[in-house]
Amino acid sequence: MIREIIGMALIVVGVAFDFLGVLGLIRLPDVYNRLQASTKCVTFGSAGILLGAFVLQGFTNFGFKVLIGIVFIFLTSPVAAHAIARASHRSGIKLTDESIVDLYKEDHELKEE
Amino acid sequence: MSNSQKIRWRIFRWIIGFIGICLFMYWNFFVYFAPIYFKLINVLFFCMLFILFRVLFGPTPADRIIAVDILGVLTIGLTALLGLYYNQSFFMDIGLIWALMSFIASLAYAKILEGRSLDD
Repeated sequence: MIREIIGMALIVVGVAFDFLGVLGLIRLPDVYNRLQASTKCVTFGSAGILLGAFVLQGFTNFGFKVLIGIVFIFLTSPVAAHAIARASHRSGIKLTDESIVDLYKEDHELKEE
Repeated sequence: MSNSQKIRWRIFRWIIGFIGICLFMYWNFFVYFAPIYFKLINVLFFCMLFILFRVLFGPTPADRIIAVDILGVLTIGLTALLGLYYNQSFFMDIGLIWALMSFIASLAYAKILEGRSLDD
């Protein structure tokens, strides 16, 4: 009983975080802001859903696959996000007009000198 | 377009989006009669519509790459919910393979976007 309540609460929170992250992906003005909002889909959204599924199922066949999925998501998604951000900055996509500072560019210029 | 006109258009767009999301949530949670898993799956499909909008009309290529990456992450949650409802464990296999493919694809897209070829 308590296990079902905790699992369903985790799943609902995960779906809500997914929805909010996708809303950020739609609304924010810039590639980097969109990346920062949409990576929240991973750590609390889909990982929350998977953790809720693990709490509901316990140590069964399904549960171990879900645990492997959590580990896999946590390892791969920041790597992909970092690669995309670096590539988009190097390929010359501009920041939005309201942004104040661009630290990556300053570091890069210092290295070249 | 003048500045006040632009602000008015932004407020109009905001209100249209808010009403649309409220209508969908009302239909999904109070009218549509189904198990709770199907309602949550409907919310995920609604998110995927937004992501497809970003894939189709993204201003820069990086936006499209981010959107496809997040589509893969949402699909894992979708397969977990489907597997919970049908009590079958092979749905998670589909999710894991989808996540692996999406990870490799986004790395390759990032490499191409940076201007390098795939074999250096």
